[in-house]
Amino acid sequence: MLQFIARRTGIMILTVLCLTFIVFFLTNLYPNLEKLAKTQGNFRMSEEQVATWLDNRGYGRNVFVKYGEWLGVVPGYVIEGTDGETRARCARKGTSVEDAPTYCGILQGDWGYSTVSKDNAGPLLWNRLKLTGFLMMWALIITVPVALILGIFAGMKEGSKTDRSVSTFSILSSATPEYVSGVVLIAVFASSAVGLKWVKGSAAQAMTAPDLSNFTLPVLTIALFNIGYIARMTRASMAEVMTAQYIRTARLKGVSFWGVVFKHALRNALIAPFTIIILQIPYLLTGVVITETLFNYKGIGWQLVQAAGNNDIEMLLGVSVVSVIIVLVTQLISDIGYVYLNPRIRLN
Amino acid sequence: MDPLSWGGIIGAVLWQFLPVWIALFLTFAISIHFKSSLGLYGKLFDSMIGMIGFFLVMFWIYTGLFTALFDLISTHDPLAQIPEMKNKVPGWALPEARVDQGLYPHYLLGGDNLGRDVFSRMVKGSWVVIQIAPLAALFAYMVGITLGLPAGYYGGKFDTVLSFLANLILAFPVILLFYLLVTPEIVQTGIPAYMAAVLFIFPIVFVGILLNSKFVTRPEIRTPLLVVVLGISFWLYASLVSEQARGTIVDILPSWLDLFNIPGGVLVVFVSVVFVNSPTIFRIVRGLTLDVKSRDYVSAAQTRGESPWYIMLWEILPNVRGPLIVDFCLRIGYTTILLGTLGFFGLGLPPESPDWGSTINDGRRLLSVYLHPPLAPALALLSLVLGLNLLADGLREESLKD
Repeated sequence: MLQFIARRTGIMILTVLCLTFIVFFLTNLYPNLEKLAKTQGNFRMSEEQVATWLDNRGYGRNVFVKYGEWLGVVPGYVIEGTDGETRARCARKGTSVEDAPTYCGILQGDWGYSTVSKDNAGPLLWNRLKLTGFLMMWALIITVPVALILGIFAGMKEGSKTDRSVSTFSILSSATPEYVSGVVLIAVFASSAVGLKWVKGSAAQAMTAPDLSNFTLPVLTIALFNIGYIARMTRASMAEVMTAQYIRTARLKGVSFWGVVFKHALRNALIAPFTIIILQIPYLLTGVVITETLFNYKGIGWQLVQAAGNNDIEMLLGVSVVSVIIVLVTQLISDIGYVYLNPRIRLN
Repeated sequence: MDPLSWGGIIGAVLWQFLPVWIALFLTFAISIHFKSSLGLYGKLFDSMIGMIGFFLVMFWIYTGLFTALFDLISTHDPLAQIPEMKNKVPGWALPEARVDQGLYPHYLLGGDNLGRDVFSRMVKGSWVVIQIAPLAALFAYMVGITLGLPAGYYGGKFDTVLSFLANLILAFPVILLFYLLVTPEIVQTGIPAYMAAVLFIFPIVFVGILLNSKFVTRPEIRTPLLVVVLGISFWLYASLVSEQARGTIVDILPSWLDLFNIPGGVLVVFVSVVFVNSPTIFRIVRGLTLDVKSRDYVSAAQTRGESPWYIMLWEILPNVRGPLIVDFCLRIGYTTILLGTLGFFGLGLPPESPDWGSTINDGRRLLSVYLHPPLAPALALLSLVLGLNLLADGLREESLKD
């Protein structure tokens, strides 16, 4: 087991390095840097001015060196600019060039500097992550029990009326991407023209004071798409277990239907949904980006859109590191959990 | 002109779709009549779910084809703006002066925030999806199959490296990848053109190996066949790739030989959608191959001395077609959702493009006041994806029966 986790962690670190380098490389392509220079400096800069602006701030160097700096394995630059000012990568607000540390990268816990927010990316990222975590937590609290109950009831008696209606609902909901269900939900529940006006169509206030009126729709939007998918998988798994020999044996021995469902079927039927729920978390992330943009909720997804739109390089890298780690850790958890839940699977 | 009532709107919309109804009626009548001799396609008409799914999918395919090829169905130019019609409710009448110019007298589903006809934009938007989604899914399949079959069949280092790469791409949040690839700045660097040059070579490799392994024992058929097929596909390939890469090394074809041009935005969208989908298909095909390769008929083929590629493409692939066909339908649906996502974030396609995602994005700012502009494309997208999912379900049900 330990060896398995160690090997997986090794592959994980390699994956994170590869992915962050890809993001780093793409954001550091010259046209992107040119855009950055023009938005940070001014829009009427000539070609040469852009080049000097970039050189003075250390952007003009080899991409591997810059990546090393960002990681914290190469000392940060100290450049005496052509405009007479000396700039150092590690010198931020309040620290002079002389006092600046030599290394400042992700390994030293420095997440870099957001050029859009004019602030350190680390704390900002942490705030956004907390907001998104809160949203995802509620989405999961709604999704998991509802989806499991629906799936179990549908799969218990295949072909029954409950089964038909749950299957219809789940096909419909898993065919509705968040940007469609969000629009429909706002139209029905929040529109000031014809809707029911029960809740608000924006979650901007939910960041400081979340309550039912501003938090219901975002949570529901994320939950709806996933409920359908998980319910479908649970139904399939439950239906398969219910046809197994040992269930029939238990029924023939005179155990009541509900006794069979709860004592014999449930545990085996929940193995597959468990993996699916855990693996669903990365997809939740995509839904979160759409939902946060639609409802103007400033979490990590909203930040991703902002950073990517403005080529806020270090912020974007921070967001990618966080989201890639979420994806990989959930994969690892699902693999380990699967082994524990299903005694038929043996490592090696 | 008076505005239309709700009944009038529904009637007029149904009437506009008349060519689609006729085409659908013919399709269903002919298919049900000959259903016993049509294989899996015919069996689809035994299942209610499959029929509903097929109906929804064909509805949008016919709509897309008729608007794009014959300019039927849509009532107005999807880009024309009529200032008087800004944010007007469904069924609103056009000003007299415009009607006298010969325009259709109503905006059937209202006007959007720029005074464009919501109905026509929704109808035209179907063409964008019909053009890109199935083709992108097909290309992703070619890439996934060409790499997944040998990875599963041979295993070893080749498999390890490819699986690692596939997992790498899958670990990327899709939206981040889109934001990195589908921006004007990246298009400027030519990276999408290089990616297109790499990804689009797979269909040619696939077709080449497919035909070569089948006819290798009969050189008199094989050689001319390969020359013709590969010649044509290389020409198409070069036409597709050259335009985006003027002045770079992939600029192979002089412009007088260039058959067609695809606008830069569309190509980037296409490439990134193929790129995002291929790893998943690679994993599916690899898994299926691993499962099937220990079967007796594969050993028998090996004993007969058939070449590895013949075994992969003509023994293994036809035997795993069931799950692949089902996944193909789901994949088109997923690609439709991805295209919508791209439009929703305003990536790739031009901003005035009538595709559903962009229209939803345009409309969402005024959503709480005027909800008809984003609602129409949202429901259109929902019905198409639903249709594809139902179709996949129907196919799965019917293919499991035998």
